[in-house]
Amino acid sequence: MNDNLVEINDLSFAYNSRLLHKGINMRFPRGKVVAIMGGSGSGKTTLLRLIGGQLTPSSGHVKVDGRIVHEQSREEIYRMRRKMGMLFQFGALFTDLSVYDNVAFPMREHTNLPESIIRDLVLLKLNAVGLRGARDLMPSELSGGMARRVALARAVALDPAIIMYDEPFAGLDPISMGVIVNLIRSLNDALGATSIVVTHDVHETFSFVDYVYFVSAGVVVAEGTPEDLRASQMPFVHQFVHGEADGPVPFHYTAPDYRQDMLRGANG
Amino acid sequence: MVDRIVKGLRLIGHRVIDRIWRLGSAARFFLYALVLSGESLRRFHLTIREIYFTGVLSLIIILVSALFVGMVLGLQGYNTLQKYGSSEAIGVLVALSLVRELGPVVTALLFAGRAGTAITAEIGLMKATEQLSAMEMMAVNPIARVVAPRFWAGVISMPLLASLFSMMGVFGGYLVAVPLLGIDDGAFWSQMQASVDFREDVVNGVIKSCVFGVACTIIALFEGYDAPPTAEGVSRATTRTVVNSSLAVLGLDFVLTSFMISV
Ligand SMILES: Nc1ncnc2c1ncn2[C@@H]1O[C@H](COP(=O)(O)OP(=O)(O)OP(=O)(O)O)[C@@H](O)[C@H]1O
Ligand SMILES: [Mg+2]
Repeated sequence: MNDNLVEINDLSFAYNSRLLHKGINMRFPRGKVVAIMGGSGSGKTTLLRLIGGQLTPSSGHVKVDGRIVHEQSREEIYRMRRKMGMLFQFGALFTDLSVYDNVAFPMREHTNLPESIIRDLVLLKLNAVGLRGARDLMPSELSGGMARRVALARAVALDPAIIMYDEPFAGLDPISMGVIVNLIRSLNDALGATSIVVTHDVHETFSFVDYVYFVSAGVVVAEGTPEDLRASQMPFVHQFVHGEADGPVPFHYTAPDYRQDMLRGANG
Repeated sequence: MVDRIVKGLRLIGHRVIDRIWRLGSAARFFLYALVLSGESLRRFHLTIREIYFTGVLSLIIILVSALFVGMVLGLQGYNTLQKYGSSEAIGVLVALSLVRELGPVVTALLFAGRAGTAITAEIGLMKATEQLSAMEMMAVNPIARVVAPRFWAGVISMPLLASLFSMMGVFGGYLVAVPLLGIDDGAFWSQMQASVDFREDVVNGVIKSCVFGVACTIIALFEGYDAPPTAEGVSRATTRTVVNSSLAVLGLDFVLTSFMISV
């Protein structure tokens, strides 16, 4: 049996004609928590969509459980997604459903559990993110951080085998952050799941993940366990870990030279 | 000069191709919604919920409009019929115009403005806030779960609303004709009963409103689903819903009427 639940091989992907990923290779072993880090706009969210089969790579492939995702039929992809949970970057809660119904949604769609059991499960999940008391609120009545925690409860509602978190820490206070870190780790270990965490937050991430990939300009620029990377002298890693604006990781979206741009404005 | 003409022609060609392309995607979307309707019919409470939003909440505007349309028909009809000394036929005139034409058409236009825009905006925003995407990632097909129930709700609501419109319109005509203008009560109703044919008039009207229901609902759903996921995109899509639904209703009305009259 292959011990990588998810594999990305030589994957390239372009939006319109702008090449975003240029030959990415990653391994996500069963039972591990793996982080994908990289600057804003480096295509991390896109990578998760590729794993979920919502986008098709231009070349290369993503394998989930040994099968190439974009070659599967629609039914097969849907079957695959039943074993996946995804926390969206902006929560993506259903605005016409209450917090309770949002978390119950995947259970009602995919199981025939009686309402009393669904209730127990929903309250269990909401309790884990500290929002059992908010179950009757509508998404519009939640703060950004609360919405993300509800979305997290919904993402793990069916105890998925692969859990993808897109920026789980953005907009959380330090206390919730600690709780969520523990939650991700313990969900992973208790369920035997495989977790993929997309994040910017170096220090928090290094404290609990098993392996880290750094992506920049469409390629994996560094990878390793947090200990390896902390000790690493690689300029990419150094820049990221210490949050320096100048370095090999570009802060700017691809643009013409700044001076040229300004001069052109002055002349034109 | 030639350059400009070529450019102009290209632009026109581009627009035409674009329109046809969109029509094609709308047709595919429609088929897809039909194929995936099983769930919305099996779990009918999903559809009932949408019938509340599209049908029940449109009731007020439909009924009030119908009352006024009926009263105006009464006044205008009386004015003309009186010249020919047949003002008792007012009931026939009101009922036939409503059942055959105004009921289905005006209901559909009001429906596009009241329920159609709401559907487009809702679906467009669900798309813009990644709710549809999230649903897909949960292995729930948004066409089956979100689009199909709304489609059936629209298709079921429209003929019911149109019938209520006609009823209320007739009542409005009655109010003007009998108490106000002093037409004989018995003549008003008996002439109407004698001249309105169930098959030719009532059933044809219902057929029309069913067709309009399909057209208006699918246009609203498609525009929302196809909208660019931005505030501007959704607002434009909402406008397009009203424009396209109105044009579709009026165009289809001509086609249907010409078939029904010749038969
Ligand atoms: N639907 C789309 N169409 C065209 N381009 C897109 C689309 N979605 C994203 N992009 C582009 O792809 C790039 C990567 O987007 P992505 O959302 O994957 O970045 P990210 O790494 O998740 O960034 P962040 O950390 O800010 O969330 C961006 O430069 C963006 O402009
Ligand atoms: Mg992102």
